[in-house]
Amino acid sequence: MLANFMAWMDKRLPLTDAWNKHLAQYPAPKNFNFWYFFGSLAMLVLVNQILTGVWLTMSYEPSGDGAFASVEYIMRDVDYGWLLRYMHSTGASAFFVVVYLHMMRGLMYGSYQKPRELLWIFGMLIFLVLMAEAFMGYLLPWGNMSYWGAQVIISLFGAIPVIGDDLTLWIRGDYVISGATLNRFFALHVIAMPLVLVILVFLHILALHEVGSNNPEGIEVKKKKGSIPVEEQSKFTFHKQYTDKYDIVDAIPFHPYYSVKDIMGVAGFLILFCWVMFFAPEGGGYFMEAPNFEPANGLKTPEHIAPVWYFGPFYTILRVIPDKLLGAIGMFSAIIVLFLVPWFDRGVVKSVKYRSKLHLFNLIQFSICFVVLGALGTLPATPVYNMMGTIASFGYFGFFVALWFYSKNEKCKPVPERVSH
Amino acid sequence: MSNVPVNNGRRRFLTAATVVVGGVGVAGVAVPFIGSWNPSARAKAAGAPVEVNVSKIEPGQLIRAEWRGKPVYVVRRTEKTVNDLAKHDDQLRDPSSEKAQQPAYATNAYRSIKPEFLVALGVCTHLGCAPTHHGGDFDQFVEGVSQGFFCPCHGSKFDMAGRVFQGVPAPLNLMVPEHSFTSADTLLIGVGSDVSKGDA
Repeated sequence: MLANFMAWMDKRLPLTDAWNKHLAQYPAPKNFNFWYFFGSLAMLVLVNQILTGVWLTMSYEPSGDGAFASVEYIMRDVDYGWLLRYMHSTGASAFFVVVYLHMMRGLMYGSYQKPRELLWIFGMLIFLVLMAEAFMGYLLPWGNMSYWGAQVIISLFGAIPVIGDDLTLWIRGDYVISGATLNRFFALHVIAMPLVLVILVFLHILALHEVGSNNPEGIEVKKKKGSIPVEEQSKFTFHKQYTDKYDIVDAIPFHPYYSVKDIMGVAGFLILFCWVMFFAPEGGGYFMEAPNFEPANGLKTPEHIAPVWYFGPFYTILRVIPDKLLGAIGMFSAIIVLFLVPWFDRGVVKSVKYRSKLHLFNLIQFSICFVVLGALGTLPATPVYNMMGTIASFGYFGFFVALWFYSKNEKCKPVPERVSH
Repeated sequence: MSNVPVNNGRRRFLTAATVVVGGVGVAGVAVPFIGSWNPSARAKAAGAPVEVNVSKIEPGQLIRAEWRGKPVYVVRRTEKTVNDLAKHDDQLRDPSSEKAQQPAYATNAYRSIKPEFLVALGVCTHLGCAPTHHGGDFDQFVEGVSQGFFCPCHGSKFDMAGRVFQGVPAPLNLMVPEHSFTSADTLLIGVGSDVSKGDA
């Protein structure tokens, strides 16, 4: 019965074929480690955000007069409204946690290197859209930090010479941030950006499956066709799209091997996620900031204005540059350089495991600078913090500059032909 | 297709013509989508001038008025405050107000019509936060200057004429909006002293 149904379907839609190509017969390197959880976790969080987001819009009122009260209504009067909102707000922070770790994985194992440049670029576009999505979503509760956070970010566009002021007016749709701004951000947050995000995720995975997954060793598991004796090839059945072009070694089918592994990751992740959601949904003021519990007030900036933690690194770079236009350029450059990593890195060895001590050190200093910048972004702008922020900014950009210089003639260890464990 | 007679010139022309006409159509359709993001007629109408009674402001006190949804700081400066303004010119970016951040009638040492009253937008010229007024403890930010404005967002500093200090992210002095005194005690924000420049 089921077999007949599937046969009927397969004649009309390549269902079984897609299942095999992307899951049951997709050759994934056999040596994925802890760092390979975060791609599937990001998908899980995306589903969580879409699902809870749809439910939140059912009770939310996108207007300058009603938004703040409707969020309180969701929290107090709607059955399970508090839970849906905390799932959504905790999910936003979790999204950035897993995406940052996912990006770190890519940097460590050289997953952006040829031929995976486009895959990396799709990933970075996802990151960019995710930041826009998070920023617009943060305005919607219409608290005072929502308001002033949006004020600061929109004003960034005012730094653009000549058209800046008209551009900010156009973005806001009013002389100040008002209900008009809130409504358009709502539309973008719930419709436009999620659509773009889903399409980009689709392209990201499609590109991944075209070039194949990298792994902690940075050794390709798809070898030239005819170069590997049959007895040394992987014993599993893989889709002919892969085996027609390559000899596959050291790989296992994604399903069931990695689908099961990822379920373990999901379980671990959900324990942490639920702990935060139930016991610390405000994240100690870092996920939901104190001034956001009073309504937006265009006449009063909160005493200490800080972005949500995940914007901290970029915000600090903006802040330490004592010039409006240069500050904005510095902040956007910090994101643009990430797009260009595949071209900053002129090396051929992928994994940090086989690269020079210098590269390992550079990665470590970059991670430290990123965390320091993030922490400083949530702290007030004192001279000492500004000095630290300046140093960390140099470390951040220095990573890319140094990478470009040493990667050309880097002393790397010999990379084995095969994944050995 | 290869054995089908093809007039390549005609095909190119038709393709180009379709692309051009289609492109014009797309550009035309984009107009309402982009235009709808401009401030609506209602938002524009809300930009009317506001009146402030300044007689009740104590010397040294700051009050906030709302004009076009933005905070306008009105400060009654004491004589000492006004005299102190000239003492830190060398620490400012634009001490003599050369940049057009104020109407012509406020382009003077006090950046105001009457030295006593500072009228300035409480909107930091960096990224638009509202700077905080420090009426006596400003020397924690700038040594030797006892009063001023400090922006909590990114640490920009302004003196009591709204002039920006050097070494901070804000590039310009605080904006002085068009304003005028309709009587000795009544300040009108949004309409300049020079009637020809009424709509700021």
